[in-house]
Amino acid sequence: MSGLALALADGAVVAKRNLIKIRRVPELLVWTTMSPIMFVLLFGYVFGSSIDVPGTSYREFFIAGVFAQTVVFGASGTGVGMAEDMTKGIVDRFRSLPMARSAVLVGRTGSDILYNSISIFVMSVTGLIVGWRIHTSVLDAATGFLLLLAFAYAISWIMAYVGLKVASVEVVQNASFMFIFPMTFISNAFVPSQSLPGPLKAFSEWNPVSSVVQAVREAFGNTGDFPPAEAWSLGHPLLYSLIWIGLILAVFIPLSVRQYNKAAMR
Amino acid sequence: MTDMIRTEGLVKRYGKVVALDGLDLVVPKGTVLGLLGPNGAGKTTAVRILTTLLDADEGTVEVAGLDVRREPDKVRERIGLSGQNAAVDEYLTGYENLDMVGRLYHLGKTKSQQRARELLDRFDLDEAADRPAKTYSGGMRRRLDLAAALVADPEVLFLDEPTTGLDPRSRAQMWETIQSMARGGSTVLLTTQYMEEADRLADDIVVIDQGRMIAHGTADELKTQTGGERVEVVLADSADLSPAQTILTGVAVGDVQVDEQTRRLTAAVIGGVDVLREVLQRFGDANIALVDVGLRRPTLDDVFLTLTGHTADEVSESPDESSAGSDRGKSRQKEAVR
Repeated sequence: MSGLALALADGAVVAKRNLIKIRRVPELLVWTTMSPIMFVLLFGYVFGSSIDVPGTSYREFFIAGVFAQTVVFGASGTGVGMAEDMTKGIVDRFRSLPMARSAVLVGRTGSDILYNSISIFVMSVTGLIVGWRIHTSVLDAATGFLLLLAFAYAISWIMAYVGLKVASVEVVQNASFMFIFPMTFISNAFVPSQSLPGPLKAFSEWNPVSSVVQAVREAFGNTGDFPPAEAWSLGHPLLYSLIWIGLILAVFIPLSVRQYNKAAMR
Repeated sequence: MTDMIRTEGLVKRYGKVVALDGLDLVVPKGTVLGLLGPNGAGKTTAVRILTTLLDADEGTVEVAGLDVRREPDKVRERIGLSGQNAAVDEYLTGYENLDMVGRLYHLGKTKSQQRARELLDRFDLDEAADRPAKTYSGGMRRRLDLAAALVADPEVLFLDEPTTGLDPRSRAQMWETIQSMARGGSTVLLTTQYMEEADRLADDIVVIDQGRMIAHGTADELKTQTGGERVEVVLADSADLSPAQTILTGVAVGDVQVDEQTRRLTAAVIGGVDVLREVLQRFGDANIALVDVGLRRPTLDDVFLTLTGHTADEVSESPDESSAGSDRGKSRQKEAVR
């Protein structure tokens, strides 16, 4: 078997193991679905009643932001899962088996795609209930959802690296919030970039979270009557987002696999 | 006979702590080697290096004729490992655990499932097969872990303290299992803190202390070396300590240990019950009252006392391999403290 085929086959075995855990601990799934519902309702009703968006309702505007924020938050689960695995004897078992060295990571990030799909689905249903609508074609909408999943997958690899690096569940949670909060709040997820002051505006414009949100908004037809963004990143949000996703994967896949081998060597 | 395990000059350091200090091991095919030593002696480090989990700083390591550093994946195909902490997934059932391990050994779907059923049956886990491992007792988890090590019918089996923390019944069951595997021709490296366990299971015993081999031989050879059995007496009156010591010195091999606090004296002897009878006779003649008297086989402490001049307990207070700069080793550390 070639290296890639081996990584995928072994990764699938590990992913299956991770998914069995959802069956055994259904509370995990309840939490996975409850928090997106809470986010949609919270942002929809708290901010929705105080922020005006020209040409569309805030509930239409913010939903792409909530989607992006939730999947980025969800990625910290990948880090927690890796950190948890590393503290258990099961990693020694895995490492003594003739399986691909990347399989535990491929499996973990792979099974987290399902988690993210579930939370996006739940958020979409909740969104539809509170008044969000897709104004474009099925193909456009599918592009939007796929981009969210791809972005979430990339962030999962960053968090997997963090999880391996610190190898403690509590620290992963705190460390990932330090990264997730600025990334999601200094973006156009909840507030249009145009309304932010100087340096924050620049950060927000070039923040990949913003470009993902912008691309998803365009895919759903939720952009409203904003003047076209000045920054190139927001003018070509899909391309800019894909570049980021490619970059993150190119850097963090090898980094995480190396860290996995190193961390387990201790 | 080919050697299935061979190490030469194995050295592993954790910062300033030397976990292995030039360890040489040779295990011929079809034999069981018992690696005996206290916590922190370097047993687990040795197993981790042999099973590709850890890189040695110096020395050569060969398992099943393969260089562990150069061809780790080929080594992994040929070995089975059952560690100190049962390495099973607690959310998976026993069956799912073994099936997963089979898939990761690339046995294929049918073979993995068939092997999982076979092993669950053999290890008396068939009734618990479809329950999550979380619900298993300690002994059941260990058996499942051992079964996982056997999924691919490995040429070389590594068992790191397979019975530590088990109750006597589970321990006896585990011993039987290991014995039947040894009879089946497996090559096994077994680490243990218990002399009795090494005695029961191993063809050959290597005693290590602070990362170095301090004795090597069969159980009988080691026992002779450490002076056979121990006669232990507890005096009624501490005033008798000195005459009692004189009496025991007369029959002892080597020094007599005296614990004044508990009024207990221990002497290594050769000759078993006859010596005990002789000792009782002399105590009677000298009119020394005894609270307790007994004859026992040498413990690991006795072996250590004879070989190194300190007991196994004292050794475990020295820096342990797993406590050296690893936050992953927490559970192992706890084991060491215990």
